[in-house]
Amino acid sequence: MPTRVISSLVLAFLLAVGAQSFTSDVHAAVDVYDFETAEQERRFRELSNEFRCPMCQNANLSSSPGGVAADLRREIYRMIMEGQTDQQIEEFMLARYGDFILYRPRLTLQTVLLWFGPLLFLAMGIWVAISIMRRSGHVSPDSVSTLSSAEEARLKELLAKKKDSASDRI
Amino acid sequence: MKNLKLYLPVIGFAVLAVFMWRGLYLDSRTLPSVLLDRPLPEFELRTLEAGDQLVTREDLPDEPFILNIWGSYCLPCLQENPIFMAAREAGIIPIVGVNYKDTDDAAREWLDDNGNPFTMSIVDDTGRYGIDLGVYGAPETFIVDAQGVIRYKHIGVIDYQVWDDEIMPVIAAVQAEEGS
Repeated sequence: MPTRVISSLVLAFLLAVGAQSFTSDVHAAVDVYDFETAEQERRFRELSNEFRCPMCQNANLSSSPGGVAADLRREIYRMIMEGQTDQQIEEFMLARYGDFILYRPRLTLQTVLLWFGPLLFLAMGIWVAISIMRRSGHVSPDSVSTLSSAEEARLKELLAKKKDSASDRI
Repeated sequence: MKNLKLYLPVIGFAVLAVFMWRGLYLDSRTLPSVLLDRPLPEFELRTLEAGDQLVTREDLPDEPFILNIWGSYCLPCLQENPIFMAAREAGIIPIVGVNYKDTDDAAREWLDDNGNPFTMSIVDDTGRYGIDLGVYGAPETFIVDAQGVIRYKHIGVIDYQVWDDEIMPVIAAVQAEEGS
């Protein structure tokens, strides 16, 4: 039974991976550009994956079928062939479409929370955890319950009774 | 102090809730233009009217004008056209068209069928000038002042409400500036 579960999980995983590679193949075939070097081609792929399509908004330039995405890919190609650096290409995009075009937001005053928010939450969590642990680890004398001798006797009696009834059942 | 600690989770929740509530109503489809308060990008392009003769920024009106990105394939542009026609007839403001990623024939036919509100239509058939303008689809509309500086951008269709509530006040402000 467990092997069947495992094998079906493996199958599902393989199917998912297969579907993924299939769709990215389809997208990659949208336009054909000739490059002089493999390095140029690698940069083109990388850059068109880095920028976000301004029209479809939830796709990068390389996977977007939108008209403006194709235009922007053409511009990236042109700039790579003209020998411009990645930095220059990024500036070109930023000057026209703003921060939105970057999937990886720049560190500015507006994005500080975005970058360091998770760390802030982690710090808050650690602080809460530490204070809880400290409180439960620290036992004050007041909090130790003290029983009177009569109470203690009754406690013993109750525990003995419980033991008996438990052994009865077995 | 003890009390404050007690309310901390509630305060945290309230802050988050306010942000997320606002987030529900943010329009993520219209991007703020980085070109606001910048001069209109340079160009050297044909127009639908003047054949092969190229125009540049020098050929644009010396007064405030509207720059409208349009195409014959663009349905919302049909909706805007009567508003622009009325504005032209009333002499409110000159409107320059940018015929974006279209063919000349289809564009001319569209103007014949629906009326031509544009003083001229700059031809951007490759969409290259659109990229310089940060355009990502027709229709988009810019208001440019007398100095050639972009003062306002509207993404998407301009209906009567947008025209009255958003476009007209900007036109009035920009034209008043010019007069002073």
